[in-house]
Amino acid sequence: MLRDAAVAALAAGLLGLPLIGFRLLDQSGGEGLTTRWPELAAAVALVFTGRLALLLIDGGAVRVALLIMVAFAASAFFVPWPAQFLKVVAVGGAAIIAIRAGLILAGPRPVALAGGAIRPIGRFLPWLLVLFALILPVLPFADRGVVDVGILILTYILLGWGLNIVTGLAGLLDLGYVAFLAIGAYTTAILGTQYGLSFWMCLPFSALSASAAGILLGFPVLRLRGDYFAIVTLGFGEIIRIVANNWRSLTNGSQGINNLPRPTFFGLADFTGSPAPGHKAFSTLFGIPYSPIHRVIFLYYVVLALALAVNIFTLRIRRLPIGRAWEALREDEIAAQALGIDRRRIKLAAFAIGAAWGGIAGAVFDARQGFITPESFGFLESAVITAIVVLGGLGSQLGIVLAALVLIGLPELFRGLNDYRMLAFGAAMIAIMLFRPRGLIATRRPTAILK
Amino acid sequence: MTALLVIEELTMRFGGLVAIDAVSFDVQPAAITALIGPNGAGKTTLFNCITGFYRPTAGSIRLAGDGDRTIELARLPGHRIARLGVARTFQNIRLFAKMTVLENLLVAQHAELMRASAFSIAGLLGLPSYRRAEANAINKGRYWLDRIGLLDRANDPADTLPYGQQRRLEIVRAICTNPTLLCLDEPAAGLNPRESADLAALIRAISTEQGLAVLLIEHDMSVVMEISDHIVVLDYGRKIAEGSPTTIRQNKAVIAAYLGEPEDAVA
Repeated sequence: MLRDAAVAALAAGLLGLPLIGFRLLDQSGGEGLTTRWPELAAAVALVFTGRLALLLIDGGAVRVALLIMVAFAASAFFVPWPAQFLKVVAVGGAAIIAIRAGLILAGPRPVALAGGAIRPIGRFLPWLLVLFALILPVLPFADRGVVDVGILILTYILLGWGLNIVTGLAGLLDLGYVAFLAIGAYTTAILGTQYGLSFWMCLPFSALSASAAGILLGFPVLRLRGDYFAIVTLGFGEIIRIVANNWRSLTNGSQGINNLPRPTFFGLADFTGSPAPGHKAFSTLFGIPYSPIHRVIFLYYVVLALALAVNIFTLRIRRLPIGRAWEALREDEIAAQALGIDRRRIKLAAFAIGAAWGGIAGAVFDARQGFITPESFGFLESAVITAIVVLGGLGSQLGIVLAALVLIGLPELFRGLNDYRMLAFGAAMIAIMLFRPRGLIATRRPTAILK
Repeated sequence: MTALLVIEELTMRFGGLVAIDAVSFDVQPAAITALIGPNGAGKTTLFNCITGFYRPTAGSIRLAGDGDRTIELARLPGHRIARLGVARTFQNIRLFAKMTVLENLLVAQHAELMRASAFSIAGLLGLPSYRRAEANAINKGRYWLDRIGLLDRANDPADTLPYGQQRRLEIVRAICTNPTLLCLDEPAAGLNPRESADLAALIRAISTEQGLAVLLIEHDMSVVMEISDHIVVLDYGRKIAEGSPTTIRQNKAVIAAYLGEPEDAVA
């Protein structure tokens, strides 16, 4: 067992020698090499301990492995590591192995747990989340950065809820959903900068233009099914990005649009310290000292209100005949048609409504960033939104919230790790797929109950 | 008595294969017409033509409308045909698996509920007119579930039902669309003799009570001979015979192509 672990450590050392051990430096007067022996040694030690623990689990010594890992995770937290990243790997890895050992000790889980255990939590969790979201900005730890991440997560929740109508309910795998975000964002940006409309005037236009684009795309595309549909929507997402990149007279090309109008306090006051003549400042309106965080908190509540409105709408429409028709089409198109359901019209409705929510998210996106470029609307964004919907559990509004918290929140939490934070994204995705293959919330709530 | 459905010279070709070759027959209202024949005779293809899943190559399918009017189905899309009162079930059961038993029956009442919800606006606002319509739809579902003994499973996902109950659910789902013609594609397939007999009795009873015309594809001859008023026999896409169960049972061509000799005659 020790030998096996040593072999693994040796392999890690050999692999790590060129990858970690040496580092090319860009100095004045040419390049130079530095060595990073402490980092390499730490990495080898990590691999050795981790491998040993896994072997102990396989060998039946689960308790020993659990003890080692808990102790290791605890001590690793206080030991000064040569690199912050190694510390995260050490603590995180040990925690994962410890959890695995703990699960084995807890005994085999009944399969029914997936549905049954969620229900009692499911009743209170949404209200707890809403409550938490409402009081977040006044919590002591909520500085500007936290509220800003809150806006980001809410934007993705909004997007996820929009895509949920198309993919989760109607069963149409749309891989180019970011196109509607882009259209909404550009509508607000262009109307705001060139026609001087305020954020509040632009918001409905963003929803309408995205919805119109959804219908326009839907007409030819909805004849396709399954994979073919996914591929065409993927193409549509790219088309919108490329058009935004090249239609310079309208979108200013790859340089994007700057200085977007910030949302005002319902047209009553601005969020600046020194408002333009004829305008009032938010701080003087309420007689409080000026602070830049007011704008962020206001935007946070705006997005929260929009998201909650969208959620109520979706929860209601799901219980209507059109919502049931969406789900019926997802389950079996042929049978739905045989019952008198007009497939194209019903799908088009799903597409138009889903796109409208994407457009609203686009306007919010503008308000948060203050500038947009076509780069913000790449395929990766579509992939993230789709991942949120699929991993959250197709069709589940609550699941999408949880998935957005995990998939968007985690990488933001690890922002200190620069590019390595995407590791957190990947790890979260793999963990969800392993432990909840049908999504975080796989239970479906019936739209009508026979009492 | 005028026929409910008149099929005339119906032909369906797939490339060089002639699946249905100039078939003509009538379906009478409030009667059970059976469609029998060996595998590959074109029975299901004929169903798919009637219900709009295929566009027939030639010929006409006319459904009796209001008064003396008739409606040509051969060029209509499937959902329009369904709304005109032609409902069907499928050879391999097609329920909405993850939706509940009751929801399956509510989807069948889509057109009616959609009208009541004023394209979702009255529904979103929760107006009383829509609530009443939904309550009525649920009551209708309750009635039919009670008829097939599935009342206690109403809120379970449809795919958790045993096979025989799924068959029955699919049939009442089709009935919930308020059809005048119900097309059943092998409803007794995979059922044991007792379940088949129960199902046959159910179909007969519903047809009589509701004044519903039934077009039935079935291989179980005990079911066909017991409940059919009229039988049409297909072989290689052609109609080889048609008549009452007694005449069909003695028809030489049908015996040769499909029924086979009775066992005592072979011995």
